[in-house]
Amino acid sequence: MGAGQTAEEFRAELRAWLEENCPQEMRGGADAEDAICWGGKNWVFTCDAQKVWLERCAAKGYTVPTWPKDCGGAGLTRDQEKIFHQEMARIDARTPLQSFGIWMLGPALLHFGSQEQKEHYLPPIARGEVRWCQGYSEPGAGSDLANVQTKGEDKGDHWLVNGQKIWTSYADKADWIFALVRTDRDASKHLGISFLLIDMTDPGVETRPIRMISGISPFCETFFDDVKVPKHQIVGTENRGWDVAKYLLTHEREMISGGGQGLAGGRALGAVLAETMGEDGLIDATLRADAMRCEVDALAIGLTLERYKDQSEAGQGAGNASAMLKYMGTELNKQRHELLMSAGGSDALEWDGPLGNRAGDWLRTKANSIEGGTSEVMLSIVSRRVLGLPG
Amino acid sequence: MTKLVMTEEETMLGDMARGFLDGAAPVSAFRKLRDAGETHDAKLWKEMADMGWAGVLVPEDQGGSDMGFAAANVIAQELGKTLVVSPFLSTAVMAATALRQVGDARAKGALAKIASGDLTYALAIDEGIKHDPDATAMEAKADGNGFRLSGKKTFVVDGAMADRLLVLAKTAEGLTLFDIPADRAGITRDASNMIDARDAARITFEDVEATGEDVLGQVDSAMSVLKPALEAGQAALAAETAGLAAGAFGMTVDYLKERKQFGATIGSFQALQHRAAHLWCETEVTASAILNAGRLLDSDPDNATLAVSLAKARATSTAQLAVMEGVQMHGGIGMTDDFDMGFYMKRARVVAEWLGDYGYHAEKVAALRGF
Repeated sequence: MGAGQTAEEFRAELRAWLEENCPQEMRGGADAEDAICWGGKNWVFTCDAQKVWLERCAAKGYTVPTWPKDCGGAGLTRDQEKIFHQEMARIDARTPLQSFGIWMLGPALLHFGSQEQKEHYLPPIARGEVRWCQGYSEPGAGSDLANVQTKGEDKGDHWLVNGQKIWTSYADKADWIFALVRTDRDASKHLGISFLLIDMTDPGVETRPIRMISGISPFCETFFDDVKVPKHQIVGTENRGWDVAKYLLTHEREMISGGGQGLAGGRALGAVLAETMGEDGLIDATLRADAMRCEVDALAIGLTLERYKDQSEAGQGAGNASAMLKYMGTELNKQRHELLMSAGGSDALEWDGPLGNRAGDWLRTKANSIEGGTSEVMLSIVSRRVLGLPG
Repeated sequence: MTKLVMTEEETMLGDMARGFLDGAAPVSAFRKLRDAGETHDAKLWKEMADMGWAGVLVPEDQGGSDMGFAAANVIAQELGKTLVVSPFLSTAVMAATALRQVGDARAKGALAKIASGDLTYALAIDEGIKHDPDATAMEAKADGNGFRLSGKKTFVVDGAMADRLLVLAKTAEGLTLFDIPADRAGITRDASNMIDARDAARITFEDVEATGEDVLGQVDSAMSVLKPALEAGQAALAAETAGLAAGAFGMTVDYLKERKQFGATIGSFQALQHRAAHLWCETEVTASAILNAGRLLDSDPDNATLAVSLAKARATSTAQLAVMEGVQMHGGIGMTDDFDMGFYMKRARVVAEWLGDYGYHAEKVAALRGF
């Protein structure tokens, strides 16, 4: 795309490219768990089209459209990104690649990483070759995340890491982990943490899935037993990893709060409910009223996501917006799934029943308001940092 | 591409409006009006006209400032924060938008007078307890070259003081909008004693004469003129409502920081912190819907219904939460007439009903979202 290209020229060019390059199998039907590629060495493509689609997008930088070109992105502006999403939605194209590398580590590296680190770690994420997981929480560090006890002893050219992480999503499928490690036990809670990048195939790294109420095991426990981590695998400054952690958390919270429910895209809840309920549609007055409230809130929250992106592009700090978006988005998502269960009636009560994995999805959403900081933690952040209330 | 960011001009307009209103129309000014039994402040309206607010939607050719709908929302929001009494919504937003759809010489004349602050309007639309223009029963019977209007209108905001009325009535093939002087023979205006101490009236029309000249737009197609006017009004009312919520919320947070019980400021109690934080989150989400409504009215007014109804629904529910929490967190003092929070609570209830309540607008959203 030329520098002097107008928005409409960009749209036309993109539309033509998508028409030509997005395989028919990759349009629509993104509901199944493996419908969207997560990448990594362990990924098994569901079909050739999924692989082709990933490769074509990666070649254009469209897996991470706003990242700089030398980091594997397409270097799109915010306006172009909006057009990109509109055009993808227009043909119902599946996202070519999703991952914690894209949503979380990437933004943190772009902000805190050295040029060398960016060029080394980001392109494999963009191409879907390396899959990352997040090593934050520990058995004794949940809402009180800065209480991490996994320790890294300074051994000259490396840290010797020992400890345990929990809720490491998809750690059993990941190639690398970014982890918060206590590298100074004498400093105060927030000032002795470093942000380390660790190869999951290193000796001493072990991972174990945890079976959840939804019946599946997306979360794991990850153990570190005398794992040697070279000194260059640190992001940011030693013992100042909390700054990186917090920055990354804002991206994690935005990810969990869920986009795509705004005026531009996203199916209406009412339509989905009506479909579930059969020929008569959504005639239950209570359910309909609840669904309308949910729809109103979903649209407004979607617009709020857009507003904060526009503000941050305009250089107006979004401040502690991510806490607000995370709280509002996840509470809404839980409500939506409660309504989907109600609409499904007894059909929704079977594992792999007539409505597929609806019960599993419903149960999965209960984690939304816990992971990445609980709703209560989000409200405390707003209370303290936005409202200036004591505590 | 439109952006959901306040422009520099909009931020400046908001700051200017706040500065002016803090001096000229703080809540204490509203209290004085209320205590005096007044529902209009002519001097204040004249000053607002001099600043270009009365003509915010009037073309420059007619002496307006023509700043657009998003700007009108910015002003409305500041009016809401300190409960300012003015005919801004009825006259400057809704009547001006309706007249602008017509744009003939007579409409242009009226627009010029609106901009200068010399002419006020009220919309006589509702007849039942709920906003429902489509259910209009009042008739305008054909009579020679003109019409005879008979029927009753209720909740006509600014209806007791307005110079002219926009009256919606049934004609042979549909609905027609009439633009008539409020003192025409056969019109009886009864000022309602409203909980928010503002001007609203019940108006009776007995065989009121109207000519073809009095029709705004075309006979039998009121909505081509009225729909844009109502949507502009609903958006601005949503903005005023959000301003009201912000005003009540600001007072509440201040109180949480100063009131002491059990030897601590009550704002240190997590039970209250989380409720206050939740309320702030609601106001932020509502602010997006309001900004979006203004952007769409300015850029694509024919397709703004969803955005406008979304804004009105969100603002209504947010303000209701804000005033309920406002009274509750203030405790006993929040229940007293001497304290301002009650004004916010009563006004929130009135603006919730005006131009369509939560259910009315949620239904519009639902219909447009394929429910």
